[in-house]
Amino acid sequence: MAEKVMKLPSEVYAEIKDKTLIGKRRKVQLPQWAVAWLVLVPALIFLALFMFYPIINAFLMAFINDFQYVRGGGTFALGSFFKALSNPCVLPYEGAVNCRRRLDIFMSFGFNNFVNLFKDGLFAQSILNTAILVVVEVPLTIMISLLIATFLNNIKALKGLYQTIFFLPYVTNSIALGLVFNILFSSSSGGLINLLIARLGGSPVNFLGDSPNNYMLPDGSIITLPAATKFHQGIVIVVNAIWNGLAFKILVFMAGLATIDKQYTDAAKIDGANGFTIWRRITLPLLSPQILYITITSFIGAFKMYTGVISVYSRGPFDFGGPSGTDWMPVVGWIYKSMSNEAVDRTNIGIPAAGSLVLLGIILIITIIQFGVSKKRVHY
Amino acid sequence: MAELYFADEGALRRYKAKRIAINVFLYAFLTLFALFMLLPFVLMIVGSLTEAKAFDEFEQTADFAQLGFKNWSFSNFEQIFSGKIVNRVTGEISETTSFAQFYLNTIISAVGSTAVTVVTAVLAAFAFARLEFKGKNILFASLLATMMIPGELMVLTNYQTTKVIGWENTFSALIFVHGVSVFYVFYLRQTFQQIPNELYLAAKVDGVGDVGYLWKVMVPIAMPTITTIIILSLMGAWNSYVWPMLVANGSWKYSSNGYDMRLVSTGLMSLFNTQAKGMSAIKIAGSMVVTFPLFVTFIIFRKYIMRGVSRSGIKG
Repeated sequence: MAEKVMKLPSEVYAEIKDKTLIGKRRKVQLPQWAVAWLVLVPALIFLALFMFYPIINAFLMAFINDFQYVRGGGTFALGSFFKALSNPCVLPYEGAVNCRRRLDIFMSFGFNNFVNLFKDGLFAQSILNTAILVVVEVPLTIMISLLIATFLNNIKALKGLYQTIFFLPYVTNSIALGLVFNILFSSSSGGLINLLIARLGGSPVNFLGDSPNNYMLPDGSIITLPAATKFHQGIVIVVNAIWNGLAFKILVFMAGLATIDKQYTDAAKIDGANGFTIWRRITLPLLSPQILYITITSFIGAFKMYTGVISVYSRGPFDFGGPSGTDWMPVVGWIYKSMSNEAVDRTNIGIPAAGSLVLLGIILIITIIQFGVSKKRVHY
Repeated sequence: MAELYFADEGALRRYKAKRIAINVFLYAFLTLFALFMLLPFVLMIVGSLTEAKAFDEFEQTADFAQLGFKNWSFSNFEQIFSGKIVNRVTGEISETTSFAQFYLNTIISAVGSTAVTVVTAVLAAFAFARLEFKGKNILFASLLATMMIPGELMVLTNYQTTKVIGWENTFSALIFVHGVSVFYVFYLRQTFQQIPNELYLAAKVDGVGDVGYLWKVMVPIAMPTITTIIILSLMGAWNSYVWPMLVANGSWKYSSNGYDMRLVSTGLMSLFNTQAKGMSAIKIAGSMVVTFPLFVTFIIFRKYIMRGVSRSGIKG
């Protein structure tokens, strides 16, 4: 020990000098803004190519009257324009044989695509379909999940087990589980839901099939079930959507409930408030930020429903029930179907682009309305 | 809750009776919905393990004895993994792609896209959380604005881009097109912002550069969040259906022998409609095969998954 204390100041300085930057040339460092842009480059490249550019392009495609990609024109809408400019006689799509003049259509911006969009009755129907499903499913799911979260918050034993069970649907594959719902609701004798209906004395229902089929009752007699009505198919879609949607909402509500200070409810109890009053007057207002968040995200998410519908039918990516496969076609399903392989080269891609802008508009309107409502109702 | 005091024995008894009644109601309600949640899983497990013929019998006669242990076997899974589906009526064997291959394809694309997503998210979140530069706020606001825009709007052009640059039926289309998730950038930025500024200044004094600081200080501290992002991203890639259905629905572009490019979800959907049409047990087994890895992941990483999901909710 003694030796260390005896060190000369010059020796100590030499040691420090050796370990630190004193007297050495500092490493050249880039200014902060340069580092920032450098680390942003990878993200920005992807964002520019696959997000910002497609958004701009979608607007161009939607507002150029009767827009169609031109062969060799690339992916940018105006690329097709320049291609047509240099060579007015171009082939409109891969596989086309007749040369057509396409230049004229690039000259006019307007609402032709939107007009054609609504002339296509299927698009209007798909909006109506989605709206019906959303209006039925979202409030139901929110109410049930709010109840479950409140109840979970009020029990002690088995709380973790219940929480895990309610969260399970969140980590499943919706295509795979949609098929299981298809089999649960099947109109063969082993379909569990129909079995239950028959045992309870009701008459079995053809929930999803698009043709009549025979059904054997528990007593052995055979009856013929008519083809599925739109109403019955809708039930399955809504049940599947509720099953899928509960997990996330319960989790968010539970997280919100956990932040509510026990003091408030204890004080109310001392004042003699009963459980329901406490829930109505204290818990709900304090939970309103979460309720607003869930309401907005659920309405938006539900308006974009697609896999939830096709998985229930499990007959392929573009079968939405019924003999024509369009009974419950949702907006997103319509967009994918009209842009997919079979259709894209033969239709006017401007129409699905217009359709996706309509979807964007609907989402914006929902959000604005809900924020408007929340100004009065949400307590932060 | 604080201790409660009652005026007399009767009041205490009434209070206790009421509590028991409420508890019975709560548990009854929760159990009912828990059963609703579990029913599909039970059907999936039992159905996938029951021999195809026995399940068929059950569907026609509603005879639950058919689902008993005596008819359980792994034959459905064997058929799915060997790609040789036996038709239950004719006994004919139809060849299809093995699910092992769908697994492999999905793992390649999930790992690839997760790696790209995490690297871009960490770098971008670092810039937004720690560094000062002109245009930072405008850029961040425009990123958040894109979260409002439905993905369908971008799919229209991305689909065409994929075709034009020749990425159809390649892994590049699955890995790079969704290479940035604005949500993860946002989520990670919040974690980074909680790291005290003093650490940054201390690192500066020690002569550690910005990137060194990110790598040696921020990433280790934010590791729980990064783990959550990795798991959620892997699971998202595993479950993705629409994009693979559009751009990777055939054989791999660079293969000479028609290597099937499809992923688990798209492979599953086509199994439903082709070889396994009308064979519920095989279909359910397919669903089980796709769902099983998710369950394993959930059991191991339950904490990370639930935290990540609920965090995204609170901060909304």
